[in-house]
Amino acid sequence: MAFDYDKYIRPGKLPHIWCPGCGHGIVMKGLIRAIDSLQLDTKNTAIVSGIGCASRLPGYMDCCTLHTAHGRAAAFATGVKLAKPEMNVILVGGDGDGTAIGGNHFIHACRRNIDMTYIILNNKIYGMTGGQFSPATPTGAKASTTPYGNPDPPFDIAKLAIGAGATFVARGTAYHATQIDKLIAEAIQHKGFSVVEILDDCPTTYGRRNKFKSVIEMMNHLKETAVPVKAAEKMTAEQLQGKVLTGVLYKEEKPEYTTEYAKVIERAQAK
Amino acid sequence: MAKKVAFLQGNEAAAHGAIYAGCNFFAGYPITPSTEVAEVCSLELPKLGGKFIQMEDEIGAMAAVLGASLAGSKVLTATSGPGLSLKQELIGYGCIAEIPCVIYNVMRGGPSTGMPTGPSQSDVMSAKWGTHGDHPAILLVPASVQETYEEIIRAFNLSEKYRTPVMVMPDEIVAHMRERIVFPEPGEIEVVPRKAPTVPPEQYKPYDTSFGDVPPLASYGTGYKFHVTGLNKMQDGFPTTKAEIVQAEEERQVRKVNANVDDIVTFEEYLLDDAEVAVIAYGSTSRSARYAVNAAREQGIKAGMFRIKTFWPFPDKQLKALAGKVKGFVTPEMNLGMCTGEVERCAQGKVPVLGIFRVDGEPINPDQIVAKIKEVK
Ligand SMILES: Cc1ncc(C[n+]2csc(CCOP(=O)(O)OP(=O)(O)O)c2C)c(N)n1
Repeated sequence: MAFDYDKYIRPGKLPHIWCPGCGHGIVMKGLIRAIDSLQLDTKNTAIVSGIGCASRLPGYMDCCTLHTAHGRAAAFATGVKLAKPEMNVILVGGDGDGTAIGGNHFIHACRRNIDMTYIILNNKIYGMTGGQFSPATPTGAKASTTPYGNPDPPFDIAKLAIGAGATFVARGTAYHATQIDKLIAEAIQHKGFSVVEILDDCPTTYGRRNKFKSVIEMMNHLKETAVPVKAAEKMTAEQLQGKVLTGVLYKEEKPEYTTEYAKVIERAQAK
Repeated sequence: MAKKVAFLQGNEAAAHGAIYAGCNFFAGYPITPSTEVAEVCSLELPKLGGKFIQMEDEIGAMAAVLGASLAGSKVLTATSGPGLSLKQELIGYGCIAEIPCVIYNVMRGGPSTGMPTGPSQSDVMSAKWGTHGDHPAILLVPASVQETYEEIIRAFNLSEKYRTPVMVMPDEIVAHMRERIVFPEPGEIEVVPRKAPTVPPEQYKPYDTSFGDVPPLASYGTGYKFHVTGLNKMQDGFPTTKAEIVQAEEERQVRKVNANVDDIVTFEEYLLDDAEVAVIAYGSTSRSARYAVNAAREQGIKAGMFRIKTFWPFPDKQLKALAGKVKGFVTPEMNLGMCTGEVERCAQGKVPVLGIFRVDGEPINPDQIVAKIKEVK
């Protein structure tokens, strides 16, 4: 039997706003399958986002959903989680939202290792505002505000997360649709701050300017550049040139914030 | 039994008052001269099972309190001038998404870093106009330590009652001076709980106006699934650009406060019955004003004081009436005329409004006010 996505979708809220060929919908389906596989109670699940095309995702989900301000999802979510540690808190947002305006909140959420899962839909561009470059746009790429090619070096979002203290970091792509749910499910199950970066495509504002003739070409690019971590172990540095690693990139057990805070309360009350 | 008393700073009283009001979540970022609020909250909240978090900046703090409020907490953040500037976008978020929260801001001079330790009253316009767009504004300006304690309780009550951010803004003198404070007993001051939905989760809409201008707000994690956004929204919380809905919702958001000014606006009248000159003052400046009014009376001048306790909504009605009774208004304030402009609006040209404006980090002293009272002809 085909998987029934409908029971996780808010009645009457489709069609979505995403352009044809955008990978955001693939990620949403992956998130739904992840929630289903874990049998999360949607009444007890908050999905928090910032602003951008990716950040519209929670609105379609039949959960407690919070569409915040540009870049602030991690900080809002920190409030939700600390106030109600028993809730599942999932963040969704774009690369610009999470690592430019929201960069500070993102690294500090990683540092605190607060038990939430942040799904970053990295389409390497500011989609909603019409294709300006983001901190994830490759050097030399064309964007509406880099007409002569992007002079900025990009962030490696997964490495940024690991460096900042996230205790579970994974990366997938919108092409590898069947892997997304597994990465997200593992991230949600991980106790601590988990990041799942999904390499995504924006044919409308990125592809067009950067000589991708079609959505298929963009998808093929995701397919060809992705190398599973296991496979990468057997590859030479030369072979890995221009590739990105996918799968679970980092995993570590460390004290989790809300659990540690419960101990603060215990110590305060013992006095 | 004798009541508990203490000798506290305004900032400390604010934290204790918040706790009396049921505050169980504080998020903030340190800034002089407000830090004592965070320090007391970090000490006291965990004892009661509440949460304290020091965020990475003021924007994060504002975001965290809004998130925690949606998860059912009574929330407080504390800051000062530049921090208030940073919070503005999310204060607007709290207004449009209608999320109860209390923002305690010790005013400091500015713009920018200004004078961190000098007193100022220059954030009162920021409270009204700081965030973009039309939005409700409630601002309380206490003048003593006891009043700071009581007003922060009132701020929590108003924020729950009207489902909107409420600000409490002492100046640095009130925030840092120590005074005797008498703690109310539990139950002595009313504490307003959040109006919870009465409908089952399937029927719940977070902005359902069939329940009036202030619809009940459910908490995340209590069985109610709902959507919250900073975009203009429909009754179910989802974005809309439909002209008539946006217009009606924006008007409701402002109306829920403006139509209730009599419930919200508080003030003190001091020797105004026969007054010919009215000093309009707030915060620590009103303490000098009271002294000045007494001194003027001793010199045979019929002076009185109207003390603003609720700055927004502004006491228009009272000041308009007063303008018909006196020969002139004197408006001492520690900025370059923020309140004075509002008083002029209320004076409607009927009486002169003589301002005293100090931004040098020095308090306004009674002599200055007496001299200005004498200028009223
Ligand atoms: C304070 C603020 N600054 C700027 C914007 C404008 N803005 C809206 S979405 C966006 C970029 C979104 O890009 P990204 O996060 O990469 O997500 P995508 O749309 O590509 O999914 C920007 C800059 C805003 N809404 N708020």
